[in-house]
Amino acid sequence: MSTIAPAAPTQAHPAPPATQSGAEVLLRALKDQGVEVIFGYPGGAVLPIYDAIFQQNAIRHILVRHEQAAVHAAEGYARSTGKVGCVLVTSGPGATNAVTGLVDALMDSIPIVCLTGQVATHLIGNDAFQEADTTGITRPATKHNYLVKRGEDLARVVHEAFYVARTGRPGPVVVDLPKDILIGKAPYVSAATAPHRSYRPRVEPDAGQIARAVALLKSARRPVIYSGGGVINAGDAASSALRRLARMTGFPVTSTLMGLGAYPSNDPQFLGMLGMHGTYEANLAMHGCDVMLNVGARFDDRVTGKIALFSPDSRKIHIDIDPSSINKNVPVEVPVVADAARALEALIAAWETDAAKPDRAGLAEWWRQIDVWRGKDSLRYRQPRDRGAVIKPQYAIQRLYEITRELGRDTYISTEVGQHQMWAAQFFRFDQPNRWMTSGGLGTMGYGLPAAMGVQIAHPDALVIDIAGEASILMNIQEMSTLAQYRLPVKVFILNNQYMGMVRQWQELLHGGRYSESYSEALPDFVKLAESFHAEGMRATSVDQLDHVIRAMLTSPKAVIADICVDQKENCFPMIPSGAAHNQMLLGPEHEAGVAGVSDDGLALV
Amino acid sequence: MSGLDPTYRSATISVLVDNEAGVLARVIGLFSGRGYNIDSLTVAPVDDSGQRSRINIVTSGTQMVIDQIKAQLDRLVPVHRVSDLTQLGHHIAREMALIKVITTESEQRAEALRLADAFRARVIDATARSFVFEMTGGTDKLDAFVELMRPLGLAEVSRTGVAAMARGTTVI
Repeated sequence: MSTIAPAAPTQAHPAPPATQSGAEVLLRALKDQGVEVIFGYPGGAVLPIYDAIFQQNAIRHILVRHEQAAVHAAEGYARSTGKVGCVLVTSGPGATNAVTGLVDALMDSIPIVCLTGQVATHLIGNDAFQEADTTGITRPATKHNYLVKRGEDLARVVHEAFYVARTGRPGPVVVDLPKDILIGKAPYVSAATAPHRSYRPRVEPDAGQIARAVALLKSARRPVIYSGGGVINAGDAASSALRRLARMTGFPVTSTLMGLGAYPSNDPQFLGMLGMHGTYEANLAMHGCDVMLNVGARFDDRVTGKIALFSPDSRKIHIDIDPSSINKNVPVEVPVVADAARALEALIAAWETDAAKPDRAGLAEWWRQIDVWRGKDSLRYRQPRDRGAVIKPQYAIQRLYEITRELGRDTYISTEVGQHQMWAAQFFRFDQPNRWMTSGGLGTMGYGLPAAMGVQIAHPDALVIDIAGEASILMNIQEMSTLAQYRLPVKVFILNNQYMGMVRQWQELLHGGRYSESYSEALPDFVKLAESFHAEGMRATSVDQLDHVIRAMLTSPKAVIADICVDQKENCFPMIPSGAAHNQMLLGPEHEAGVAGVSDDGLALV
Repeated sequence: MSGLDPTYRSATISVLVDNEAGVLARVIGLFSGRGYNIDSLTVAPVDDSGQRSRINIVTSGTQMVIDQIKAQLDRLVPVHRVSDLTQLGHHIAREMALIKVITTESEQRAEALRLADAFRARVIDATARSFVFEMTGGTDKLDAFVELMRPLGLAEVSRTGVAAMARGTTVI
């Protein structure tokens, strides 16, 4: 039951005179919302907006080469700054091309406002040229969407779109703008100061639930903190509160893919990432814990494995700003609906004032157990060092990380999707939030390059690297042209194994080694490809060349594609086969026989 | 830990929404997209200015699923309030049906009229070969009447779906 107060009265004052065109009003609203950059692509329906953009200097437009990339670029921008990313595309194909990016942002809770052109209001429904039912198509692809049918609604709707995108659990919002609304006169109104009439998510935790949570945490003998992307979304305050809570409790911390960076990876209390390709110690700690504190994570199937066997003996606390995330997959004992930062700060305060003593002896025993699991060194791999030896992908990322650390520059990493993404999550270590951009929920190949572009726009002096695979990178390779146009020195670090590696891995382990359509035939020469896009191309084919190529890439003032030719047969371990539990991990090739036990139910899982 | 209860139950949920374009599509899309059941759905504006509509949904699932449905509805931007009438306590749920019976046999015609009288259904159209009954009541009552009409020449049924409200002074 929600308890929502009566709606605020609608604005009583008369509408101000309409002296500007809809397009001008739109830009004014964007400026008032703090928009500095729009990622977009012009077309017939949005020409009035482009005309208005031409006549102002407050907002910078970045011309992408495909609308999907505009959304991913805005995601990279948003994820690395904490601001709302802004996108502008035309009607019809402009809007439909943006859909993948919108769903990506929806799944990973990234605040985006996407402005789509639309045919004039009198043509809507007539199958006009470049008409699409954009609000219909994007309804399940967005947090919310709007079709502006009257000029007097325009400014209010744009302000509301930004409010909805960034409030509560963030997400993408589409504003569909018919051309006649953009051309006609429209009044400007400022953003509403009154509370929104219906959308007011709870951000403050309930004190009773916090007390119950602290009592549970104090009683814990085998606790674990399971931190997710919500901690990143809740801002620096949440990351710093997480660190304080971990320090004062001494509890082990693990993180989801989306949460990496909220807790420093090199901290002794950090167990590494959990889930399908998480560390042995993280997954066994989740399996064996007696109290679990989930902060801003959603018990995703990549994390839980077989749900019936997930952390069977634990009492669970779940902090989430979205009540629909609670009890969705895993029933929890203490739900806390709140912003992660506020909830963590309340937990810290309550932990300090609560008189009960934590079970220090139990915790020490738990850490001894965790250290035994750590002793397995589940991320180990063997890199032959003889001259001419083939590069192991893990080693390539390890060296990329180490050499980046030597340089000491502020570094942002994006990835595409697949094996390289998991190796990046395992071997590149983060000690700050907002430095890691990856497509977690939707798993969108082609995300990394445009996302890196958006990050570099937001942080012109930072080092921005897209860790890619040779298959994924080709899905949005056209954005190399955008890098050239804006002189963005993004580094594309391709782990080239000539296979869609994760597909190949699953085919090897689960489909009898029948590599159906997973070999990357007819690849381009990535060095020449880079050069044709006015970037620098380089290649390493053996381990003795690797450091030199990485250093050359990182010190180049230009955009670079580094083609790192790696072992084609390397698999990503550890791995929890689909349908298995956390304590049934495969640690390496020597355990591959373990997948023989995967049931048909397990095979049906993605 | 109510979420572990595996029994299915029916729930009548009332949702107060902004009466704006696409709001019904949002609610229906939520149900189809996430695989929830809709056993009945009604919608109409309910305030003087026509700015708010009330959607009554009868759905079914485990307690965990029903709680999910309510949480998912509540996070839709134009949704003001979500009330689970089944959980609020006693509530009234009514629907209206138009039921057409076609028969020329006088015995069947008389029996249909007798049953209609017993069920307080009204005859709102009659020809030498047919009746149309109008009937209001709970879903079970309507179901029962329809079943009784089947052997008497039931030809067509049109139902409104459920309108529901809490009993007593409780308002959603």
